[in-house]
Amino acid sequence: MSGLRDIGPPLAVLGLAALLWHAAVVVFALPPYVLPPPAAVAAEAWRHAGELGAASALTGAAALAGLAASVVGGVLVAFVFAQSRLLARSLYPYAIFLQTVPIVAVAPLIILWFGTGFGSVVVVAFIVGVFPVIAGATAGFTSVERDLVDLFRVHGATRWQVFWKLRLPHAVPQLVTAAEVSGGLAVVGAIMGEVFAGYGAGARGLGYLVVVTAGQLKTAYLFAVVLAATGLGLVVFGALRLTGDAVCARWRDVA
Amino acid sequence: MTAVDALVAVERVDVAFARGGPALQGVTLRVAAGELVSVVGPSGCGKSTLLRVVAGLIPPSAGTVAVADRAAAIAMVFQQPALLPWRTVLRNVALPLELDGVRGPEGRARAAAMLAQVGLAAFADAYPAELSGGMRMRAAVARALVTRPRLLLMDEPFAAADEITRQRLHEELLGLRAAVGFTTLFVTHNVFEAVFLADRVVVLSARPGRVTAEVAVPLGRPRPPEVRGDAAFARLVGEVARALRAGGA
Repeated sequence: MSGLRDIGPPLAVLGLAALLWHAAVVVFALPPYVLPPPAAVAAEAWRHAGELGAASALTGAAALAGLAASVVGGVLVAFVFAQSRLLARSLYPYAIFLQTVPIVAVAPLIILWFGTGFGSVVVVAFIVGVFPVIAGATAGFTSVERDLVDLFRVHGATRWQVFWKLRLPHAVPQLVTAAEVSGGLAVVGAIMGEVFAGYGAGARGLGYLVVVTAGQLKTAYLFAVVLAATGLGLVVFGALRLTGDAVCARWRDVA
Repeated sequence: MTAVDALVAVERVDVAFARGGPALQGVTLRVAAGELVSVVGPSGCGKSTLLRVVAGLIPPSAGTVAVADRAAAIAMVFQQPALLPWRTVLRNVALPLELDGVRGPEGRARAAAMLAQVGLAAFADAYPAELSGGMRMRAAVARALVTRPRLLLMDEPFAAADEITRQRLHEELLGLRAAVGFTTLFVTHNVFEAVFLADRVVVLSARPGRVTAEVAVPLGRPRPPEVRGDAAFARLVGEVARALRAGGA
């Protein structure tokens, strides 16, 4: 990373967008509950900074728990898939189900089974985040070069040794990429979970704030919540990217 | 040599794949203990398949493969070095020991000794990506020899190397063989390489591979690099090349 050179252009775009945004509000004389000017959003964000911070922390915790569950669950499922092609072919369609199921439709079931609150939010984050891990880990486990598998077989390796010493480490780069994708999805999933199966007035996540501020037409505050949610996603993604780069430094491929 | 004396006895072996059809047809090949046999054949003739059958990685469709003392270790060197990029060179070389349950200081010491023997002692803690192509191949050979195998199977291991590196690797392989002592089945499509290394060259036809000729190489050992300039060497290369052409290469 080279500091200003990386950050400069996106910042310029942000400034330009804020300028256009402000101009649009003035030119079309939009009422603030439809589109508040950027300065009003900044002021609201500042005024509710404490609440936004606490909400981001709660949502972030749910997202990280969902991500952790996705990584563990996804790797376990992929481990099963890697054991036999027949097994993988029989089960893969049901894994895709996780990818395509509309959360709105299953939210009532999740509330029925897990109640409202943190647990359900994590479950939604997991459902949304697990598929990339399943797909990435399966690809990583099964794309090992034939020579490497033969090497292990010639030396009489057990199935377990082949998995533990070859397939799992071989899959690390794909796992890291999958975790990055899954981390972003888990944040979105946690916010969705809070909207559908969220908390009461006691515990307020970002999803709760979305529902409340939208309901009360506090549009400037809603914008501030959206900004906080985006920021949370960036922080999670950035942290995963940095960790992943550190982990993968050794995995540079050998020709 | 009868089938009983041989370390490797391949008897009338056919291999046919469900997809791709017959790869080998009626191949009989014996390798005596201590011998270095080269197998040459055109691309796609089933040379690699033959090695994989001997290694026990694929079963023959017909015929038998016997390796005396299979338990006393077969090792294989592939066309690519096939090193694990996340392990240091030392831990790559120690891998076969680890799979055998030899770990810790003993495994490391044996791997380090083998690395020294191929001249890579200084690179024990490097990662494969930090090595040149020739060094990677040396590491792969060290990994194969670390278990002290009786039989070393080599599948065009030096095909990707440049000519100068390749010749040096040939000389090193012969040196290691003299020092460590192992039987070798060496597959290649390079006639010069086949003759320079071998006691005997077995020529395979185009796919499906059949043995079309066997050429003994009475060049003596130790075999200095200058042998490559001798008239006897050139004659043998010519003989193998003719046999290859006759087999449809």
